[in-house]
Amino acid sequence: MLRNIFKIIFVLFFSVLMAGVVFAAPPLKIGALFSVSGPASFLGEPERNTAEMMVADINKAGGIKGRKLELIVYDTQGDATKAVQAVNKLIKDDKVVAIIGPSTTGDSMAVIPVVEKAEIPMISCAAGIKITDPVKKWVFKTAQNDALAVMKLYKYLQKQKIAKVAILTVSDGFGSSGREQLKLQSKEFGMQITSDETYGPKDDDMTVQLTKIRDSQAQAIICWGTNPGPAKVARNVKQLGIKLPLFMSHGVSSKKFIELAGEGAEGIILPSGRVIVADQLPKSDPQKKALMNYVNKYKENYKVEGDHFGGHAGDAVMLLKRAIEQGAFTPAAIRDQLEKTKKFAGIGGTFSYSPQDHAGLTSEAFVLVQVKQGDWKLIK
Amino acid sequence: MTGKKRQILIFLFFAAAVLLVPLFFKGNYLLNVFVFVGINTILAIGLNLLLGYAGQISLGHAAFFGLGAYISGIITTRFPLDPWLVIVLAAVCAGALAFVIGFPILKLKGHYLAMATLGFGIIMYIIFNETVGLTGGPSGLSGIPNLHIGSLIFDNDLNNYYLVWLFTLVVMLLSINLSQSRIGRALRAINDSEMAARVMGVNARILKVQIFTVSAVISAIAGSLYAHIMTFISPASFGFNFSIELLTMVVIGGLGSIYGSFLGAAILTMLPEFLRVFQDFDIIIYGLMLILMTMFMPGGLISGIQKIAEFTAAKIKGMTSNNAQT
Repeated sequence: MLRNIFKIIFVLFFSVLMAGVVFAAPPLKIGALFSVSGPASFLGEPERNTAEMMVADINKAGGIKGRKLELIVYDTQGDATKAVQAVNKLIKDDKVVAIIGPSTTGDSMAVIPVVEKAEIPMISCAAGIKITDPVKKWVFKTAQNDALAVMKLYKYLQKQKIAKVAILTVSDGFGSSGREQLKLQSKEFGMQITSDETYGPKDDDMTVQLTKIRDSQAQAIICWGTNPGPAKVARNVKQLGIKLPLFMSHGVSSKKFIELAGEGAEGIILPSGRVIVADQLPKSDPQKKALMNYVNKYKENYKVEGDHFGGHAGDAVMLLKRAIEQGAFTPAAIRDQLEKTKKFAGIGGTFSYSPQDHAGLTSEAFVLVQVKQGDWKLIK
Repeated sequence: MTGKKRQILIFLFFAAAVLLVPLFFKGNYLLNVFVFVGINTILAIGLNLLLGYAGQISLGHAAFFGLGAYISGIITTRFPLDPWLVIVLAAVCAGALAFVIGFPILKLKGHYLAMATLGFGIIMYIIFNETVGLTGGPSGLSGIPNLHIGSLIFDNDLNNYYLVWLFTLVVMLLSINLSQSRIGRALRAINDSEMAARVMGVNARILKVQIFTVSAVISAIAGSLYAHIMTFISPASFGFNFSIELLTMVVIGGLGSIYGSFLGAAILTMLPEFLRVFQDFDIIIYGLMLILMTMFMPGGLISGIQKIAEFTAAKIKGMTSNNAQT
């Protein structure tokens, strides 16, 4: 009896496997490394969903120049060791022509030596500035640099005549990179950081740090982190009755943040990619078409709002598609075409790569948004 | 054949197998996985000496692994010191730290010892994570140089394989030797009953601290090798999860068995690779296999396999004697 059940399971399993291998022309293999599980799953999951959705769309339309794409996704679990093993498998075993991801800066830095040596183009979906600065021959990225978000925010503060700020950052990769940039650029914009506080990624209460900030000379608070920490900060600010304006980072620019922070979210301003305000953009915005397309499709496929994290993977797929459309089927040709990308209006911004710049974006990739009545509003 | 000769033969056979493996996997990505199997084997043996022989648990062993990796990483990226020298330095530092904290910590027993080592592991993780200026913080430390001997640079899977497995074999040999020495017997006595061991004149307090130190040194060496092979390290690799993974390797392989540690390390490192076929279900299957193994082979794989072998041998014997009767 049991043996029969096993037989059936095996037959089913292999028929599912075989179903994918009926195409005549060999598909072009694209590898992907996302942290689908583990602490950074909030990045990896929408990224994997978006990449799979986009590749399926391309294949439905007949592939690129007659070649279908095959996406091979491995989970890094946000662990550098696993990321290195997975990238080795992608390159040596699956023989992919290009790699999308990893999701986090740590994983990206860990696999860079491997892809550089194997000479396979990689488009990272992580934000860390170190990934493409200094420029590495085979490494590109789609996520906006933290430096650009800080620049956008400081420019706004300057206009509002705010010169003394308190910063509150989370002690993980995202927060420490933000903190570095906030401190680095403060001189350039004439900002004075009156208090520099941090909190742990799992902390539940930030009233201690906020009380210190309240007693400082700050005119505004900047909180840099990803959900759920900043939502707790927003709530604590409300509870303590702090009247200082609260600013945040693009790390929380999804509906989830407003849900978590509740009333505390009201009035918060942050630099963000255009995804969350896609429908409010003027028609003249070059990204509008790509954004609306992405937002609608994602909702159709996965029943939840697409966010800008998924957009990073979506942009990577589109960049590869454009390169392959130019007739680049080998890793080296794809890399050369990627570097020639000019004014590609994607989800995260308008990309222009060059031999000196593999990040491709300017601070125009960000807009400022504000929470009003439980929704995002574009600040013009 | 005497026991000692048999031991030597088994080891030589194992060593030969290890050296021949790359011939069959040239250019295969599995060679890269085997490198990590080697590193994990060193770590598992280190922990097994403490847990399997002396019976002292540690839930913070990833900290020593991390300490080795970070000392090697930080020094070799900043100063033009010889990396091999830094490995020795890292091992000495980790050993010294273990020696110092070993005295108060190893006075504790059972759950309290588990808590203390857990706390130590978490403290070290926080240090790796928060001292951004030194360790690069959560986004890691990159640009660590590869090891080299003269013009031989350990920057590809094949070279790394031999580098790591050479260390692994040495650690194995020393550990087997240790386990069969007077000290090994004393440690097992402590494991069975510390009181009885003391009555017999074993200085349990010093011995426990010494084996804790040896264990830390072995872990730190593995950490240094890891740093030079990856050329990048970040705190996430040295957290609580990894301490537990190490513990699982030792328990699955078999407490007090050196080859068991290798088996445990090999299975826990390679299983996720083979389970990738099942995509999202791999974690469930992985967990299920671990549960089944601990249920049906509570003494670990090595003793489990031995039992199965004995059982089948007895059965075959029974069958043949039955046949003889008819």
